[in-house]
Amino acid sequence: MNVVLVKELGFAYGLQAALQNVNLEVPEGLIYGLIGPDSAGKTTLIRAICTLLPYKQGMIEVLGRDALKNSAAIRAQIGYMPQRFSLYKDLSVEQNLEFFGRLFGVNSQTRGQNMEKLYRFSHLKPFAKRLAGNLSGGMQQKLALSCALIHTPSLIVLDEPTFGVDPVSRMEFWSILHSLKQEGISILVSTPYMDEAEQCDLISLIDKGQIIGQGSPADILAAWSGWLYRLKSSDLQNLYRFLKAQSCLDDLQLFGGEIHLGSDSQLSDSLFINWQRQCPCLEGWEQIQPSMEDAFLKMMK
Amino acid sequence: MIETINLNRKFGSFTAVDNLNLKIDKAEIFGFLGANGAGKTTTLRMLCGLLTPTSGTITVNGLNVVKNPEAVKRSLGYMSQKFSLYGDLRGIENLQFYTGIYGISWTAAKTNIKSLISQFDLDKYLKLKTSELPMGYKQRLSLVCALVHNPPLVFLDEPTSGVDPKARREFWQVINELAYRGKTVIVSTHFMDEAEYCNRVLIMQAGREEVCGNPLQLKQSHRVATMQQLFLKIAGADNAQS
Repeated sequence: MNVVLVKELGFAYGLQAALQNVNLEVPEGLIYGLIGPDSAGKTTLIRAICTLLPYKQGMIEVLGRDALKNSAAIRAQIGYMPQRFSLYKDLSVEQNLEFFGRLFGVNSQTRGQNMEKLYRFSHLKPFAKRLAGNLSGGMQQKLALSCALIHTPSLIVLDEPTFGVDPVSRMEFWSILHSLKQEGISILVSTPYMDEAEQCDLISLIDKGQIIGQGSPADILAAWSGWLYRLKSSDLQNLYRFLKAQSCLDDLQLFGGEIHLGSDSQLSDSLFINWQRQCPCLEGWEQIQPSMEDAFLKMMK
Repeated sequence: MIETINLNRKFGSFTAVDNLNLKIDKAEIFGFLGANGAGKTTTLRMLCGLLTPTSGTITVNGLNVVKNPEAVKRSLGYMSQKFSLYGDLRGIENLQFYTGIYGISWTAAKTNIKSLISQFDLDKYLKLKTSELPMGYKQRLSLVCALVHNPPLVFLDEPTSGVDPKARREFWQVINELAYRGKTVIVSTHFMDEAEYCNRVLIMQAGREEVCGNPLQLKQSHRVATMQQLFLKIAGADNAQS
């Protein structure tokens, strides 16, 4: 069963198209990632799925119900964690959880049980009395997630939950999502970080309001056609300038410790040896696997 | 370009920066990485002359930062991906504004600004309202705003976070061009994909230097594929998950 089904969704803010012909199927029980840069349309899509956007083009079903016609029923069954900090900063951790629980009509006994359970994975219990505004960024995100879960929804929708959070807290957040998945909760999550794609079972890559790639992260990387090489040099700037002057190369990227060279066809060792003769600072080359960012770039073209 | 000797900063009994010895060369792209609370921001604030060290010395561009904080401020530019531009102003007006902020006359700055504009391919965008520029060009404009006074040193705070991969790669080409022409570039970031573009990175933990080196060599010596994995290994993701 699909927990979310989006068909030919289109949306514009005035004349500015935000989403064009978006199709999406999110199967039950998985972590589904929407991956794309700022202003790609991720938030608009998420808001439409959470019944917060009056779209006119296309169709959305959430948990088998139409998003325009059954918004109240859908809202009661999903948890939504918006992009901006959604908590009350002058309420404590405990008060925020109480508040969201009551808002969703969770009775006091169940609320207590749910809070205990949420504390177990968030490790926020020692901070129950602390004001939300005084938590670290990573803890605020865990609290916002807990608030989205207080009414035990079967689907949670998270809009860039790891944005601006340091890498260690991001890792911890993902490990929480994996344990929620083990409990049978379906998760739809957006992120601007390409390297978080590997945390998801299925992903859609979004750019300029359109889906440019869909599948498992492994399938997307496997579909990448071409050859990518890593070049080493004692003088990268010099080597970069030399390669730049070779008219046959267009996909060239200078990193701090290496140069990546992409090509549609395989490059022979004799070509590299020839370059090395002309530019002795070329010290080595090896073929490497593309990253999700490489895949995204190729699909953008 | 930058040297710190036994740099320390305490806040009460808390040691934010603990005996840091750093040397950053001219024309280097140097990255400061660290989790929140590792001491990154405190160090950068001291390098910029915004915060006085508890002990130790800092030299920036040959100047003692504690004795000459104002002179040091004039020798650096600062760019942050967020809030650095006024969206309602045209590109050229943002440049004029920043020239004024850095306390120099437009006439004096014009030659330098013109060459930056053509170097960064910004000519055709200067008359547009800044909020209407494509993301990649907004970034270039905010970089030029940080360079109007032609400083030898420029600080970038998460310069390409959230930007699409194409714009990000183009932006780093611009940064590399700056370094090639002799500017020293200091990058402070949470984003490990930005770390990959630095010539050297420093990972701090509890105020101290944890590792420092070239990304490729660090990845190879720690047997990891990405800077993300290196960072998690060093900054202790295992602790966070347990």
